[in-house]
Amino acid sequence: MKANAVNLIEQEWILPGNRTCPGCALSLAYRHILKALEGQCIVTVPASCATVLHGMYPITAVNVPCVNTPFASTGASATGLVAGLKALGKKGITVLAFAGDGGTHDIGIQSLSGAAERQMDFIYICYDNEGYMNTGNQRSGSTPLGAVSGTTPVLGKQQYQKDMTAIMEAHGIPYVATCSASYPLDLYEKVKKARTIEGTRFLHVHTPCPPGWLFPFSDTIKIGEMAVETGLVVLYEIEDGIFRLTSHSESMARRGGNLQPVREYFISQGRFKTITEEQIDELQDWVNARWKQCLHRATNL
Amino acid sequence: MAIQRKANIHILDGNQAAAIAAMMSRVQVIAAYPITPQTPLTEQLSQYVEEGELQAEYVAVESEHSAMAVCTSASLVGARTFTATSSHGLAYMHEMLHWAAGARLPIVLACVNRAIGAPWNVLNDQQDSISQRDTGWIQIYCRNNQEILDTIIQAYRIAEQVFVPVMVCYDGYILSHTEMPVDVPTQEEVDKYLPHYKPHTVLDPAKPKNYNLVTLANPRVGVDGKLCHGYMELRYLLQEALQNSKEVIVKAGKEFNQVFGRDYANVFWEDRNEDAEITIVAMGSLAMEAIVAADMLREQGIKVGVLGLRVFRPFPKSEVVQALRKSKLIVVFDKNISYGSEGATCSEIKSALYGTYINAAVRNFIVGLGGRDVKARELVEATKKAIASLKETVVNPDYPEWICEI
Amino acid sequence: MGTRDCNHICDESSPGIGEAGRTGEWRTLMPVIDDKKCTTSRLNKPTCFLCWLYCPEAVITKGIPPLINLEYCKGCGICSQVCPVQAIVMVHEEKTAG
Repeated sequence: MKANAVNLIEQEWILPGNRTCPGCALSLAYRHILKALEGQCIVTVPASCATVLHGMYPITAVNVPCVNTPFASTGASATGLVAGLKALGKKGITVLAFAGDGGTHDIGIQSLSGAAERQMDFIYICYDNEGYMNTGNQRSGSTPLGAVSGTTPVLGKQQYQKDMTAIMEAHGIPYVATCSASYPLDLYEKVKKARTIEGTRFLHVHTPCPPGWLFPFSDTIKIGEMAVETGLVVLYEIEDGIFRLTSHSESMARRGGNLQPVREYFISQGRFKTITEEQIDELQDWVNARWKQCLHRATNL
Repeated sequence: MAIQRKANIHILDGNQAAAIAAMMSRVQVIAAYPITPQTPLTEQLSQYVEEGELQAEYVAVESEHSAMAVCTSASLVGARTFTATSSHGLAYMHEMLHWAAGARLPIVLACVNRAIGAPWNVLNDQQDSISQRDTGWIQIYCRNNQEILDTIIQAYRIAEQVFVPVMVCYDGYILSHTEMPVDVPTQEEVDKYLPHYKPHTVLDPAKPKNYNLVTLANPRVGVDGKLCHGYMELRYLLQEALQNSKEVIVKAGKEFNQVFGRDYANVFWEDRNEDAEITIVAMGSLAMEAIVAADMLREQGIKVGVLGLRVFRPFPKSEVVQALRKSKLIVVFDKNISYGSEGATCSEIKSALYGTYINAAVRNFIVGLGGRDVKARELVEATKKAIASLKETVVNPDYPEWICEI
Repeated sequence: MGTRDCNHICDESSPGIGEAGRTGEWRTLMPVIDDKKCTTSRLNKPTCFLCWLYCPEAVITKGIPPLINLEYCKGCGICSQVCPVQAIVMVHEEKTAG
């Protein structure tokens, strides 16, 4: 049976009173990720907002075992956990690497790529708040075109986001998926599925950030939904090379494949205050082309 | 107390000796990245694993930074871990070296000492490991291939008692690629000496602890109401562990003798120091060359002894002072340089002597960088030069002399 | 008494509620559920729970009626936004001194 809000497991592994900002999508996503793993995991976290969430010695706000590891080393740390458990003959524990976009797209890509090439048996989840939010919002490889940040303060970012999921797909790993914190049940189902697969599994989760993206705390879910409705985020999974649209992206495709205009998404957030009409048009073309590709690739429509 | 045991002599180079030692220590996770001159060691270990001779996970990582990250995380789930590297590899590992020691994980690393660029140079000096002096690792240096094998086995015994990682250093090519007779122990002997690794804590979903969280400057009360450390108290405990490790190192060396018949109950090797007026200090294989130099000087009627440093961290201050108490002149040869100052071992010696009754002159020579051959004859000449310099008015020169052709 | 008594030799942390303190104090607006409007409460059976599902803080119970732990609720207002029948309103609260 598919998960819904009524039948979803009640037990929590994130404890109330943690350090995340109000309306934090990362916290929401992590909550459902740990539900899908039923706490039977060992987590490794690099420097990131997730470090903040985990708390300060000697108290942690998370009820699963976790090792914090330096920024560049997440994939290798997860490798070490897997190798150690295997060497000791310990079974039934999922190793979860949980890193932000800076820790994944930028400084952590080497250790992640190495681990994926070795087909290490862990789930790697990148929660993408599209910038170095923990240090106060500087540009990352995942900051979108046109977004103002601490290091693109005047003109906004002049480059497109790096498509990390495509990079991971190219590693030939058995499972990659894109998710959004605004669709927690889709995220839950994907993590649950990933849990049953062997090898490196990569999930990318879009996690809107109210203080970094400059929108009200209460709008986190709405902003994430708009990203999906405009096609800026497409929810899909690729299992052993089979591409499927999922959740709201699948419904949109089935209902004729129309997207909402991207403009609405950009005017809803303060970080796009300097975006130009040309950039919006350029991004609309980019979104349309990619959506077409996704519709073409989808095997489940 | 020497024990009766049958020798089992093999002709081994240093890397082979290290690989055998790691295998016999029953390491469970090995993560390494190839770098000259360490490469044959990693190849040998991967062969042991692929042939099933060693039951371990061999992870061919994509960088040395990752090698140490694999070791730290594997160690935290309770596995005995090993890695090896040289030069740039060790430099690239630097951040993770701090984390291994800071998290108190008993990892053993073989450092095959090599020069660091720029410019490229694959040959021996000790700049690599000396540059990692302050990462919180125990550092032990070997003089020959027997010591490499013996020290790696001892390193696990030490590391797993004091929960501090140990770096076993040996000179690239001079030891790593040079064959020597090595007495290889039996697995039963090693098992008798080295108990299973008992971690002080492990990652386990049944008892969900978190490690290496952000830690405040000041102590903080935990969920059980107990006052826990601040960052500074945790740093103090690491320093305390290194201070106390000296005793453990000597004890592990003494107990080694009881099983294997080779005595390591020391922090340095001494040669003819009892009546020496002049002491040559050197570390690693250079200490062997210094013995040859001492022979030559003794033939010329100069009373020379040798102090071959074995344990560099923790630095054995009081033992060094005791050993140098009769010396009028101390000549320190360093295969490293702290730019703008002097050789690292020379600084340590001077620091140890300060405030004691020993008022010996100290002379420092930088030698053998980037594989430059160091001949016993050169050590003799340098020592004579040091003796002659005592007649000059400068008590202690500001900077070291270099044995090179500039 | 020093910190040695905690017996940690490294940074080892245990799970605890309120790691960041009473995060309810961060709040400027407080969510109030109208049980007459809330579908689950009105029907007196587990039917909706979207507020519980979307709460980033795990401070809403999955009960009838759903209850919000105001000691830790940061007042983000997501529950109010996602409620399909507008049963949750965000109100200014009087903070008592101290």
